[in-house]
Amino acid sequence: MLANLVLHLFILLLFAPLLLGIITKTKAWFAGRVGAPLLQTYYDLNRLWRKGFVFSRTTTWVFLLGPVVGLAVPLLAALMIPFGALPAPVSFEGDLILFVYLFGLSRFFTAAAALDTGSSFEGMGAAREVTFSCLAEPTLLFVLLVLARLSGGLSMNTLLGEHLLASWRSEAGASLTLILVCLFVVLLLECSRIPFDDPTTHLELTMIHEVMVLDHSGPAFGMILYGAALKMMVLGALLVRLAIPWDTGWWLTNSLIFLAGLSVLAVLIGVIESAMARLKLPRVPQVLVGTSLLSIFALVLVLR
Amino acid sequence: MEITNPLLLTVILINFFTLGSARLGACIRIVALQGALLALLPLAVHGFSLHSLVLFSGALLFKGVFIPLLLLRAIREVRIRREVEPVIGFVPTLILGVLMTAGAFLFADFLPLAVEHLDSLFVPTALATMFSGFLLLITRRKAITQVLGYLMLENGIFIFGVLLSEALPLMVEGGVLLDLLVGVFVMGIVMNQINREFSSINTESLTALKE
Repeated sequence: MLANLVLHLFILLLFAPLLLGIITKTKAWFAGRVGAPLLQTYYDLNRLWRKGFVFSRTTTWVFLLGPVVGLAVPLLAALMIPFGALPAPVSFEGDLILFVYLFGLSRFFTAAAALDTGSSFEGMGAAREVTFSCLAEPTLLFVLLVLARLSGGLSMNTLLGEHLLASWRSEAGASLTLILVCLFVVLLLECSRIPFDDPTTHLELTMIHEVMVLDHSGPAFGMILYGAALKMMVLGALLVRLAIPWDTGWWLTNSLIFLAGLSVLAVLIGVIESAMARLKLPRVPQVLVGTSLLSIFALVLVLR
Repeated sequence: MEITNPLLLTVILINFFTLGSARLGACIRIVALQGALLALLPLAVHGFSLHSLVLFSGALLFKGVFIPLLLLRAIREVRIRREVEPVIGFVPTLILGVLMTAGAFLFADFLPLAVEHLDSLFVPTALATMFSGFLLLITRRKAITQVLGYLMLENGIFIFGVLLSEALPLMVEGGVLLDLLVGVFVMGIVMNQINREFSSINTESLTALKE
């Protein structure tokens, strides 16, 4: 139990920033550049951590709470989902609701921290972020409902348990494909990747997530960066487990398969970022409503 | 039966795409793909026989190649690219489409079907595709999207037809395809006429006609 917890945290904390590095490297390779080193995110985190805090005089304690909650939430959520075939250390009946709304909590505090600065620019970003993620939430819940229906349990460990392999081979394989696509779209939105948000531009009127953290600096910004990497790993773990449901029986091969799956996912995100342009802002809700409908359809398929 | 389920699901996804997309070129191509996928159905269900081969080639030629080419030519002639203002917006149409599809699945469970069709996706997909075709017909203004709706409606009927194709004579199916072709031709002529008279192909303009 304790060994399981330590291994879980070890994989999460050590490898999460690597995903961002892989994405950047893939994009650089597509553009024919050498690109930043794979470990650039670690260097960035290190650099930010050694700086001092700078706070605007208009901000209050809420401003600091944004990054802190943003870092704590993915950590907590990661304890509830299995990493590949490694079971989740913390598991209880109904934790899927907590899993979904933990992210809601972090979103609330990020938005509150952005509003706390009193800048209208950051308020605009907060409004966009909240709008889009409230449209993405039904998709995530319906996806989890499909899994709950297939597994017959209500904890993340059962949802992503051994039944997946049999489900893929049965009639439900089609629904699983559908929810895989839906989850991928949710991942792109939640991690503010390209068709929805551009993580590389600063100070641009169209950006969403990046604008909210504009006033954070030093260790606070480091926490945000690290929290974003952890969040990508947690949501990615959901996708990887769905797509690669095999259990080899040995923890080392299991974690290696999991990490390989995550790297493939990161490369896939990089390819999409290189091949697609940002969606027009009014198109984003349309896409999200579309994925919600797809996941509802997947649910109808498994309910019949 | 292994291959038919993914085929039919793709058909349903194509329905959704067509309901939610504003680009006419993409819509025509994807409906052509739907027709081509449906052409594979007789082969998948009844195996290789003369009857199913004729059905396959006929459907592929008409639904997958010939009619889409005519439609693509038509949008080039009248120079339109997108459906600008549908009667009901794209997202509401999509929601209606999904509700109808879900309804089709529920409804198909109540139908007194033959035993071998009970659990298959054939009947719900056929109903859902027909409903989507209807929806496209009534919610769009441009005559060309309405032709697409008509085409999709026929695709739904074709799925039903595949179930019966052992019992249904070839002549009847040929007649259906011919009907469709004539329909597209007539629509093409009508479209050109509307375009020449009103310099747009909004069917709304037709209601303004007086004797």
